[in-house]
Amino acid sequence: MTPGPARSARARRKALAAMEAETGLVHRKWWIPYLFLAPGLLMVALFSLWPFVNTVVLSLTDAQILRGGTFVGFDNYTRAFADPDFWTAAGNSVLYLVVVVPCLVLLPLALAVLVRAKVPGIGFFRSAFYTPVIASAVVVGLIWQWVLRSDGLVNTVFLRLSIVSEPIPFLTDSAMLLVSAMIVTVWKGLGYYMVFYLAALGNVSPSLHEAAALDGAGPVRRFFSITVPQVKPMMLLVGTLSAISALRVFTEIYILGGESGGPGGGARTLPFLIRQVGLGFSGETGYASALSILLFLLTLVFSLLGRRLSKGDER
Amino acid sequence: MRAAPRARLGLAARYASLVLMLVVMLGPIAWQFLTSIRGRTENVYDGVLPERPTLDNYVLVAESFPLLQYVGNTLIVAVLAVTSNMLFAAMGGYALSRAGWKGRTSVFTVLVATLMFPFESVMISMFLTVREMGLVDTLIGVWLPGAVSVLNIMVMRSAFLAVPREVEESAVLDGAGEWTRFTRLFLPAAKGALAVVCITSFIGAWDDFLWPLLVLTDSDHYTLQLGLKTLAGATTTNDQRIIAAGAMAALLPMMLLFFALQRFFFKGVGEGAVKI
Repeated sequence: MTPGPARSARARRKALAAMEAETGLVHRKWWIPYLFLAPGLLMVALFSLWPFVNTVVLSLTDAQILRGGTFVGFDNYTRAFADPDFWTAAGNSVLYLVVVVPCLVLLPLALAVLVRAKVPGIGFFRSAFYTPVIASAVVVGLIWQWVLRSDGLVNTVFLRLSIVSEPIPFLTDSAMLLVSAMIVTVWKGLGYYMVFYLAALGNVSPSLHEAAALDGAGPVRRFFSITVPQVKPMMLLVGTLSAISALRVFTEIYILGGESGGPGGGARTLPFLIRQVGLGFSGETGYASALSILLFLLTLVFSLLGRRLSKGDER
Repeated sequence: MRAAPRARLGLAARYASLVLMLVVMLGPIAWQFLTSIRGRTENVYDGVLPERPTLDNYVLVAESFPLLQYVGNTLIVAVLAVTSNMLFAAMGGYALSRAGWKGRTSVFTVLVATLMFPFESVMISMFLTVREMGLVDTLIGVWLPGAVSVLNIMVMRSAFLAVPREVEESAVLDGAGEWTRFTRLFLPAAKGALAVVCITSFIGAWDDFLWPLLVLTDSDHYTLQLGLKTLAGATTTNDQRIIAAGAMAALLPMMLLFFALQRFFFKGVGEGAVKI
């Protein structure tokens, strides 16, 4: 990181001199960079910083969608902690994360190792594995709905082969629906994180592998003792990113399980609950804002955890 | 010599795994596609391959359902998003990549910090802001919050960082002003990154679901993804062939675009990801 604001006059002069040395012949008025940044900064202020501040403020009021609110302190938060719907949704979101993150850290790495070799046709395989990434979450949901429905591919095959006597309720049982959505998330994420690992694997020197192979280490051994340690920073990044996106899951469940989020809303995640509570004619923006802040804090915990782990790794 | 058969065995194992993964990754998509071209008189479950393949389902979905209107709405949002992202992200990234102005570090830090707010945790407030601006149920309201993403600014910044100072200085000596240097020198040097911003913002606008779901109420304004949702709601049709045709109509243009531009794509996704 670059140092913060200079603390003394001497340090400031030094910083100015450094700035001069950095720019050389290029001189510009101080406001020109801001002119270039104006559209970006305006958007960030309007649609990122302000909504965040507004969410914090609203979370302390009893505002509703059609009327402003009055200050109620932390009532919305105490209400959330007493709300079984909140615990179901928060539990689902965390469970989602716990299951999906290890899959998305390890499987794409294996996939990247598989498609890294320069063998004929590998470009086709790479692109094919990436296809689910460019498909929209809605299309992916529709595709898997047709695989997992009670009259879908899997159940039809299972019934015809008499593996099951009645259809497996992949989409009609809350727990099964959550598992189905997890499968879809992992399936869609494999290609995405594969590309991250391909970039990281590019830095692993082949001579190490050759040396280890000469010493008699097999491919599995080489994978765990050479490849894994070298891509560890990338694994932490992928872990953090996939954890954050696991907490954001909405569309998979909405398409697979419908607007209610599974029977009795049992498969709702936090974003799902936030939308349900906050919008519509009786939308409780105040309470939804408190839920939003709780979601933000949950996300923050996992991104700080990721940063902490990678810092510890550097030492 | 002894290693040769082992190497061949390794290659065979690699291809076997590749093909297995191919079935896992493309199988569900293929099943949807095969359903979408199945003849109208066929039973959808009879055999893997349709006996009388047809494009009738695509015609039917376009006729019974305002698919083309949804595509049109989506294209309006997508074209706006691509234009604004390419222009504004390039401008912002350019300023952040150039040294020698006060506040560069602070602006950079603030921008990166906003990446920490997950969209879902500010979406209610974003909706209220957009409502305040009178943009609820408009395509402008769908586009505006994503008009320039911080991630794209960062992608452009890393591309511009690679332009050496000497080149910039010689342009200054030639009397080129700031805007001229930006358009004539820096933009052409970052074509790859611009392509990445173009593709990702197009796909982002085409694929987005949750934000349009919040903003749009009138089905005349629906984007393609929202339209597909109503198609899947089974209130319109129970015919899986037609649903499949709708899903494929949304996916195939993206696949074509992706296969045509995959060279830029893989490079960009890897680079952009690592440098932030």
